[in-house]
Amino acid sequence: MLHDAWLIARKDLKLEIRSRVALNQVVPFALLVLVLFAFALDPDRGLLEKATPGLYWIAVLFSGLLAMQRSFAVEAADGVTDALRLSGLAPAGIYLGKTLSVAVQLLVLEVLLGVGVAVLYGTSMTGWLLLLATIVVATAAISTAGTLFGVVAAGLRVRETLLPLLLLPVLAPVLIGATRAFEAALSGTPSEGWPWVGLMSVFAAVYVVAGIFGFGPLMEES
Amino acid sequence: MVHLRGAVALLGRFPALAGVDLDVDRRRIVLLRGANGAGKTTLLRALAGLVPISAGEAIVLGVDLRVDHKSVRPRVGLLAHGAGLYDELSVADNVRFWTLAAGAVLADAESAMARLGLDGRLSDVSVGRLSTGQRRRTSLACLIARRPELWLLDEPHAGLDKEGRDVVDELVRDAADAGATIILSSHELDRAIDLADEIVTLGGGVALDDSGAGGDGHVA
Repeated sequence: MLHDAWLIARKDLKLEIRSRVALNQVVPFALLVLVLFAFALDPDRGLLEKATPGLYWIAVLFSGLLAMQRSFAVEAADGVTDALRLSGLAPAGIYLGKTLSVAVQLLVLEVLLGVGVAVLYGTSMTGWLLLLATIVVATAAISTAGTLFGVVAAGLRVRETLLPLLLLPVLAPVLIGATRAFEAALSGTPSEGWPWVGLMSVFAAVYVVAGIFGFGPLMEES
Repeated sequence: MVHLRGAVALLGRFPALAGVDLDVDRRRIVLLRGANGAGKTTLLRALAGLVPISAGEAIVLGVDLRVDHKSVRPRVGLLAHGAGLYDELSVADNVRFWTLAAGAVLADAESAMARLGLDGRLSDVSVGRLSTGQRRRTSLACLIARRPELWLLDEPHAGLDKEGRDVVDELVRDAADAGATIILSSHELDRAIDLADEIVTLGGGVALDDSGAGGDGHVA
């Protein structure tokens, strides 16, 4: 299973590096979202800085949706889904591989967005340990759930519009948890943020288990 | 190798296979022929375990497809209408990925590419930039690198030039000599009939007749 996961993750990341869709479309989109937030709230610089955690994670979610849609769009083209079913790869391995690939892309995106909020919003970064833990755990939560819902929507013609409708409500607890944890880190009260990290860890663990067992049947239906 | 009796497969509520009888022994090359919509593609997909058999008997490579239609999949190679390739990846990346996914080794991928004339400069070209014939060759390379026991070829000659078609025929004969079983559908009957040991005609989702071909062009 882990061999299959590595094979899929390596293939997906190679696809992204060669196609440059993430670099040319997802990253500019994410930065554009940050800029638009800045335009909308600029008259009140203090409010912008205060709202940084929420704006940052909303930008991550919106941009992450593009990465997740892309992850399944490449599998839907020209008979690839059938080839995957025939390949002999373990469905759980495919799930873990696609999750890993999406997570790596999200991490890169989050680093760039972190630089973006520091520059555009003037946010000073404090509580680094909590910030890093939040990024890692929230990324795991988003990618584990996103990959599972991605395969649900993959076989449908309306997948581009359906995936956000399915996924965004599910990811609401992650948005809240990551925002609260960031607020705690940036306000110098990290002890208030760690319970949220724990909550997101449980969320990610639940979706990993659901994905390992549920991805195969869902892939059959897609 | 393949044993179907009254096999029924539904696409939605439509019986794309409406009671097919088919027996194919090891090392045989069987040509499926029939008009568009006769059920050739559905039959190949059903034999690959991609379309469930809802009634009748269906045993492929010793696996009862009505009980378990998934475990046969890694043992078959399906050349379908879709190329089953990633456009952004190179020819070599595609062949290597599908080879490793099937549990084979990289040497199998390299020899498959060489066999299909895909080694050298072409191996680094993105699949999205290939001609239809080159894509078909790449799909074939992915198939032969898997070393399947049952080859299911849906219009294998489509999009290929004469040289490519000759290569396909050679591959099929070599695979049969090596112990594989081949079931192919084709509209290019002149070429396919010479290749086949048996011919099965499909119409309306059932096998209308079958006959020995033996390269003499005889069709029942």
